Amino acid sequence: MSKEFETVIGLEVHVELNTKTKIFCGCSTEFGGAPNTHVCPVCSGMPGSLPVLNKEVLHKAIAVGLALNCDITRNSKFDRKNYFYPDNPQNYQISQLYYPICRNGWVEITGEDGNPKKVRIHEIHMEEDAGKLIHDAFTGETYVDLNRSGVPLIEIVSEPDMRSADEVVAYLEKLRETIQYLGASDCKLNEGSMRADVNLSIREKGTEEFGTRTESKNLNSFRAIRRCIEHETARQTDAVLSGEGVTQETRRWDDDKGYSYPMRSKEDAQDYRYFPDPDLVPILVSEEMIQEISDEAPEFRDAKKLRYKEEYELSDYDIDQITGEKRLADIFEGAVAEGADPKKAANWLMVETQRLMKETGTDADKLGFSPKHLAELIRLVDQKEINSSVAKTVFEAVFREDVDPVEYVKANNLSMKDSAGALEEAVKKAVDMSPKAVEDWKAGKTKAAGAIVGLVMKEMKGKCDPAEVNRLISEELAKR
Amino acid sequence: MQIKDETIDYVSILAKLALSDEEKEQAKKDMSDMLDYVGRLNELDTSKVEPMSHTFPVANVMREDEVTCEPRQDEMLQNAPERTEDAFVVPATFD
Amino acid sequence: MKELTRLTAVELGEKIEAGEISSVEATKAYLDRIGQTDKDVHAYITVDTEGALARAEEVDRKIRAGELTGPLAGVPVAVKDNMCITGTLTTCASHILDNFKPVYTATAVQKLLDSGMVILGRTNMDEFAMGSTTETSYFGPTRNPWDLSRVPGGSSGGSAAAVAAESCAAALGSDTGGSIRQPAGFCGITGIKPTYGRVSRYGLIAYGSSLDQIGPMGKDVRDCAALLSVIAGHDEKDSTSADRMDTDFITGLSDGVKGMKIGVPADYLIEGLDPEVKRAVLEAADSFRAMGAEVEEFDLGMVEYAIPAYYVIACAEASSNLERFDGVKYGFRAKDFEGLHDMYKKTRSEGFGTEVKRRIMLGSFVLSSGYYDAYYVKALRVKALIKQAFDKAFEKYDVILGPVAPTTALPVGESLSDPIKMYLGDIYTVSVNLAGLPGISLPCGYDGKGLPIGLQLLGQTFEEKKILRAAHAFEDCFRDKLRRAPMVQEGGAR
Ligand SMILES: [Mg+2]
Ligand SMILES: [Zn+2]
Repeated sequence: MSKEFETVIGLEVHVELNTKTKIFCGCSTEFGGAPNTHVCPVCSGMPGSLPVLNKEVLHKAIAVGLALNCDITRNSKFDRKNYFYPDNPQNYQISQLYYPICRNGWVEITGEDGNPKKVRIHEIHMEEDAGKLIHDAFTGETYVDLNRSGVPLIEIVSEPDMRSADEVVAYLEKLRETIQYLGASDCKLNEGSMRADVNLSIREKGTEEFGTRTESKNLNSFRAIRRCIEHETARQTDAVLSGEGVTQETRRWDDDKGYSYPMRSKEDAQDYRYFPDPDLVPILVSEEMIQEISDEAPEFRDAKKLRYKEEYELSDYDIDQITGEKRLADIFEGAVAEGADPKKAANWLMVETQRLMKETGTDADKLGFSPKHLAELIRLVDQKEINSSVAKTVFEAVFREDVDPVEYVKANNLSMKDSAGALEEAVKKAVDMSPKAVEDWKAGKTKAAGAIVGLVMKEMKGKCDPAEVNRLISEELAKR
Repeated sequence: MQIKDETIDYVSILAKLALSDEEKEQAKKDMSDMLDYVGRLNELDTSKVEPMSHTFPVANVMREDEVTCEPRQDEMLQNAPERTEDAFVVPATFD
Repeated sequence: MKELTRLTAVELGEKIEAGEISSVEATKAYLDRIGQTDKDVHAYITVDTEGALARAEEVDRKIRAGELTGPLAGVPVAVKDNMCITGTLTTCASHILDNFKPVYTATAVQKLLDSGMVILGRTNMDEFAMGSTTETSYFGPTRNPWDLSRVPGGSSGGSAAAVAAESCAAALGSDTGGSIRQPAGFCGITGIKPTYGRVSRYGLIAYGSSLDQIGPMGKDVRDCAALLSVIAGHDEKDSTSADRMDTDFITGLSDGVKGMKIGVPADYLIEGLDPEVKRAVLEAADSFRAMGAEVEEFDLGMVEYAIPAYYVIACAEASSNLERFDGVKYGFRAKDFEGLHDMYKKTRSEGFGTEVKRRIMLGSFVLSSGYYDAYYVKALRVKALIKQAFDKAFEKYDVILGPVAPTTALPVGESLSDPIKMYLGDIYTVSVNLAGLPGISLPCGYDGKGLPIGLQLLGQTFEEKKILRAAHAFEDCFRDKLRRAPMVQEGGAR
């Protein structure tokens, strides 16, 4: 009889905080730019340079900790993690080992069995990111770019509480949504602003003791995470069953090839010689500081969902979609505050917005149009200034360039009201031009009016309310 | 404290130093003498003493999140033993 | 008028301010002195003749235009080779940095420049400030101007020797475990190690970050006080720099020691202390009594634990601080290697000298897995006990008085072979760095060979003014006995 195994997973998640400057120097964190341009003596590890902590990093780390139900460490410190690697210019990383800023948190996810489940968070610490190495296979050289060196990270370390890829994804979604809501990071796996290392071990079902774990790195998408978990579970199961056993090691996932391999050579003893960084002073977190930061916390997704359900008559699906991205929820609430009907606002965000996002490849957090303009657009439709098909054109302009719909309609001469006289003219003209249809209509074939409607719409270039057109045509025909 | 060859080898991996056989022997002796000497700290009962990093109470020294560094790529690279136009160069490195 | 290079920095500054001497004249005079003395003394690693003269001209112009009014404007000084200056070779006396030109200037040096001082060049030191003799320099040893067969002390031996040889008006040194005070003592000059945090460490190439402190070395107490007033103060680039306003060290300097309580640690006057040094120090204590201070012996405690605790902490921090020297971003890179890790190893093994490697090895060991608590954390706890012992003493005394070193300057080549014996020479100086206290060293006598003996005065945290006041008072009553290095006198007789 074959043994039944259970997968035990804990995560180390690195999140890049979206501060303007690096964690210990005044260099910009802006993405892109030529290599080694956002670099100074501090973040390139020049001798004699010294780190000074960015206040905003501490605030954001505490905000995330509070949102993830952590205890905030009142007397926190930075430590040096010593290891040689060219992306790490000091050859030590300033991180936190002994007194991390947050401890003992949890988040609630939907577990495998469909019931709510708590995943515990062991700690969150602040640290600096490494630079980038570019390997040139042709010259056999490696180029070092320190633009990312010193970008602030928080590392969120979970307890080994997850049992499947689904739970891992649910946990990551939860972190992402919470941190995005806080505005502390955009949390994009594919861009590296959120990076998950998977600590995985297996054990026989029903046993308490943990097996030997491996750490898998380089997971750049939910898909890669799922595949890696599957692969590593199978690999470890084989290793245990064959009697070979699992080696504790760090492995690198190759998503193209669909397998992982051990990352470090024997040349690297994994002995980081952590000790308190004497160049930095302790961080004392006061009650007031915590209060201040927690007062600034936004309404999180779960609370929002409940409130939307109560306040607006939206479907669960719509609520889920809109609150799924903080930016969408912000636009929605902004438009409603400007007087837009919640259902109509939701509709624009669910249909046209999604379509245009797909078409233009825009992520929700990059949506640039203002809620006020969405609200105005909805008002123009309500007031029959424009019809729904013109509204789509106007919305596209709002989406792309955040135009003011009122001005846009005016500038492009799209208002139906301005063309009221023209419409009556067009109807008369169309009826004149369609003696056959008039005859048919008089003979009781009401459908014959359809041809006249077509002529009018063509003449008006769509700038008219179809119901109004019908009404005018009926009036005109009755006169004949 | 007797220092073994393996210890010297291990520490030189950590410290990224390649010691000659002669240097290794000397290092063994030096380290062993030093650790014996340092061992006298154990004469002191420090069980009720907090480790002291900084000698005067200063905490929460922080800077505002404002860009203060100008891009100065060439200056940053000018001391590099080997460089390209815009990067430091190291021997082939794979993760 | 006194020979120009014999003037103190403050005297010279006054004459420059009064228009009696120009900065260019002063700079030329010192460059001449360097030309005469430095072949023998080797106090300098780099002499910046052109730069110094150009700078002196600029300074003269600014002084005439009224743009520079500080008391030390125009005064030529020297800077230890571990403080970064933009565009200037800064080597730490190491092969691994022997081509390094920083793109930023240490805050303390910048303050010298801002107050109009002229930098003559960069002084020799023990490699990465690791040593007490200035013999571990990659560029060869510095000799003691009092006796060229002897060491000047270290690690700021170049700065001390330059001041003693009168080849600069004053100099900056750095002190991690006595590196300003001990060479000042050996070279018969005055040097102060300020309270940790008093002077910014930004741009000082770190040895032991929790211990390092930049300080002035000069011909007398007033010079040190004047220079300290210039370099002290808060720096937002150094998280450990203290934000304090009490940085005027000149006012009150001559207020005397009447009623001051001075403690002499009986446990400093132990076996191993040279009898001639002991006598000179006790005579100094008597001078203080005669000036109206209350002087008594007391037991400080913890004295024998300072050196082991110091070496654990300093080496641990150094092992990490020196990791950045890897042949990637600056400095030396080995020629032949196979792959990255071999490059690291060869670069560092060829680039660092013996003493530096010895300390990196020890430091890496005490931080390594399994030993961290037993050695590093233990040393931090002992550091707390040492600080407590000083705190207790300073409840009773304003100033602690003792020797700087157990002996006078030793012959070249004598101490390197036995590291522990060499480290024992630091017994009176390292505890001050562990406790973060200020300490001043000044001449208090000469031994039978005519070598200077140093007196050390220690104060409580941020009480530099008290020790400067006490030192100034002692200097006054020692003035008649004060000597200049023989080679300088010969030069003076020209
Ligand atoms: Mg980490
Ligand atoms: Zn920077």
